[in-house]
Amino acid sequence: MSQTAENAAVHSVPETEDHVHHGNYVKIWAILVVLLIISVLGPLTGIRSLVLFAAFGIAVIKAYMVAKNFMHVNVERRWVKYLLITCLAFLAILFAGVAPDIMRHQGLHWDNYAAKQAIQSGSHGDGKHE
Amino acid sequence: MTTPATGAHAHAGSHGHEPGHHETSFFHKYLWSTDHKMIAMQYLFTGAALALIGGYLAYVFRMQLAFPGHVVPGYGLVTPNRYNSLVTIHGSIMIFWVAMPVLVAAFGNFLIPLMIGCDDMVFPRINRLSYQIFLLSALILLSSFLVKGGAFGGAWTSYPPLSAKGIYNLSPLGSTLWLVAVALEFVAFLLGGLNFIVTTMNGRAPGMRMWDIPVVVWMIVIASVLFMASVGPLIAGAIMLLFDQRLGTGFFDPGRGGDPLLWQHLFWFFGHPEVYVVLLPALGIVAEIITVFARKKLFGYRTILYTTWATGVLSFVVWAHHQFIAGIDPRMANVFTITTLLISVPITEMIFVYIATLYGGSIQFTTPMLWALSFIAEFLIGGVTGIFLGASGADIYFHDTYFVVAHFHYTFFPSAIIGMFAGLTFWYPKMFGRMLNETLGKIHFWGTIIAFNMIFLPLFITGAAGDQRRIYDYALFPEQMRPELQHLRQLSTVGVMILMTFQVFFLVNFFWSLKHGKRAGENPWLSNTLEWTVPSPPPHGNFAELPTVYRGPYEYATPGRKEDYWPQNAPITPLEEGAL
Amino acid sequence: MSTTARSIANLRSVTGIPTARLVTWWVIASEIFIFGGLLASYVMHRLAHPEWGIAASHTNTAAGATNTFVLLTSSLFAVLAHKAADAHDGPKAAKFLRLTALGGLVFLTIKGLEWTHEIREGFVLASGGFWSFYYTVAGLHALHVLAGLIIMLVFAVDVAKNENLPRVQCIGLYWHFVDIIWIFLFPLLYIAK
Repeated sequence: MSQTAENAAVHSVPETEDHVHHGNYVKIWAILVVLLIISVLGPLTGIRSLVLFAAFGIAVIKAYMVAKNFMHVNVERRWVKYLLITCLAFLAILFAGVAPDIMRHQGLHWDNYAAKQAIQSGSHGDGKHE
Repeated sequence: MTTPATGAHAHAGSHGHEPGHHETSFFHKYLWSTDHKMIAMQYLFTGAALALIGGYLAYVFRMQLAFPGHVVPGYGLVTPNRYNSLVTIHGSIMIFWVAMPVLVAAFGNFLIPLMIGCDDMVFPRINRLSYQIFLLSALILLSSFLVKGGAFGGAWTSYPPLSAKGIYNLSPLGSTLWLVAVALEFVAFLLGGLNFIVTTMNGRAPGMRMWDIPVVVWMIVIASVLFMASVGPLIAGAIMLLFDQRLGTGFFDPGRGGDPLLWQHLFWFFGHPEVYVVLLPALGIVAEIITVFARKKLFGYRTILYTTWATGVLSFVVWAHHQFIAGIDPRMANVFTITTLLISVPITEMIFVYIATLYGGSIQFTTPMLWALSFIAEFLIGGVTGIFLGASGADIYFHDTYFVVAHFHYTFFPSAIIGMFAGLTFWYPKMFGRMLNETLGKIHFWGTIIAFNMIFLPLFITGAAGDQRRIYDYALFPEQMRPELQHLRQLSTVGVMILMTFQVFFLVNFFWSLKHGKRAGENPWLSNTLEWTVPSPPPHGNFAELPTVYRGPYEYATPGRKEDYWPQNAPITPLEEGAL
Repeated sequence: MSTTARSIANLRSVTGIPTARLVTWWVIASEIFIFGGLLASYVMHRLAHPEWGIAASHTNTAAGATNTFVLLTSSLFAVLAHKAADAHDGPKAAKFLRLTALGGLVFLTIKGLEWTHEIREGFVLASGGFWSFYYTVAGLHALHVLAGLIIMLVFAVDVAKNENLPRVQCIGLYWHFVDIIWIFLFPLLYIAK
């Protein structure tokens, strides 16, 4: 396409009537509630891996369902999805760059005595003033 | 041939205001306006006024450094505490209340709707609100000088525990006022940035593809995106710091389960993209100017765009080079050294692209062109000295010395100050309808550039010799008191005074030309972009007839055309279509 | 200024997305960074301080779960409001908007009761690392719930008259985002003990 033809093809579109297809929202809600119940019951079992999956795995699934079915991210313009994924990617970069410092309590030349002490005494404590 | 789409009003008058027929009160026209051009002026004048204050603060502390212990004329005695406040507020003002409002908000507000061919921003009232919040933030910051304990003195980087505890920083009230002012400034620029992004995405004239958007608009939009992404974690950190200051929490107190290094990371995760938020608009302004005054098509438009996006992404993975000696994991230091050295590549490429634009052009040495060219030269020095600091090994020595100060002034000053003067001298005719005086302009230019180098070149030397930052008197360090070092510090201070003096030429030029400058007409520089197709200054609503765009913004010296420029909205005649 | 005095730029839509919805997505993007920064900081500390689990054991899981249910239900109402608005049924959309806002109010009430109880037990903002994060992040979230429900009630006035219907989808998007934040806050603050 020649440049002039490309320019001609772009014209501003007035407020578009782009309606999404509305599915069965009550059904989605019911599934979300069931997932909530599972995520509350899971920790009661006490099995650590099950607790973690029930709590966080289900949270991810619920968030995905809300984004897809309530926010209609899947039928939005593609770049909206890419924008959101990019945001999460940069947050992952933030975590990766900061966690090595925050999560360690000693280095070659330094010690975080307070943190180590808190961890030790905390295992007997009641959660009040540390 | 394209026709305006149905539903989009072709006449600016139909949204409720007839251009020129409106009787608006002083209040509505100057203080309560939603017109993007007026809001731009508000940001511009506020930013410029704060630049004078920030410059004054620099004068005071440089006088202290040149003549320690002496009473500073126009201020008084600089105590150690006051020294810390002076450098802190100088840095904060220059970045948050000068560079950003002038480069991003003022030029963004003025140029974007005009350059993309629409009548205003998509959210004019949010635009007005953003300036009001900004003004409030500036007033709160200035008020911190008047409270007990004085203004905050914990450096613009505000590291805890110094910034968290009043018993350390001695300005408990000032430190909270500072934090609140910065937080409000962030909110103002988040709101403003949203306007810029959405207006550019959605409000373009018919026919304006992504590749037809002028570079300066792209730069301001990308800068707004960078700001929006990077400031989020710092807003979280600011809430945490505020609670540490006021509510007794220990987010950054190791004794209470926190970590001061967390603040540093959150701050610099914002702080590094922030410098690109300041740099990108300046690069955009320079791009517009050099194409017009070289009468030549911009070399590598798409390259510039891709490079800018790459720079934007990379800017998010270099931040800990500000923390090399803070006790971070040395393995992370290796990673950040590599990424920091990498990021110099795209910026260098932009410099090459600009030089390629100039090469073979028909250069006109107008005042804006002088500013644009000096930006390239001075920023080069800043960028190259950044390599020294980006290598963690060398940084162990250079960190917290005046070498760093000189480096970042050779990057910030070109971006914020040279970029501001370049843009102002270039768009003044459009903003105010008059031409600036070229002689005064050139005197101002040379005085500023020579004085700027006089201030900061010596600081490379003193910094490399070991001068530490944020020290109010080197008499405390006998080994620093070699006579030649003190001469250099004094030379730097003399440079400050010369710099401030030469700004008088600009002020005189600015205000005199408002009334007595030659009338500018619509397009004194024979430029292609859409803002030069409307009257100077543009009326409310900008375009009597909203334009349609047929080509990119840089069609200069097109072969086969009579004129050496080709406005974006000039329709193609059948003859020309055949000739192409 | 009346709602009719919009700039022409506002009426254009080169991307195909109406301006209001476009800006809503960008607002959500910026909020992801704010909450993300706060949550990332919390997660880092929490992983390195296993003893915070003891403090966390004092949170009221039943209240948290109830609030999760409340927000999920209010999200349902929000999307039903959107469906009604698309069908140009303003009064119905307004009714659902108000129900959503009511859900937000219930959420805030439960939270208020929860916090009152915890403060009485002696767990305040400065009680330690876990509690500082707990009140800060849940507090910031609660502020967003409050802002959202106020905006919804304001919008409902016009929507009931069949005016400004596209706003329903936009405030709905914001509300779903606030809901998603809580979906993650619930396990992070209540379940991981």
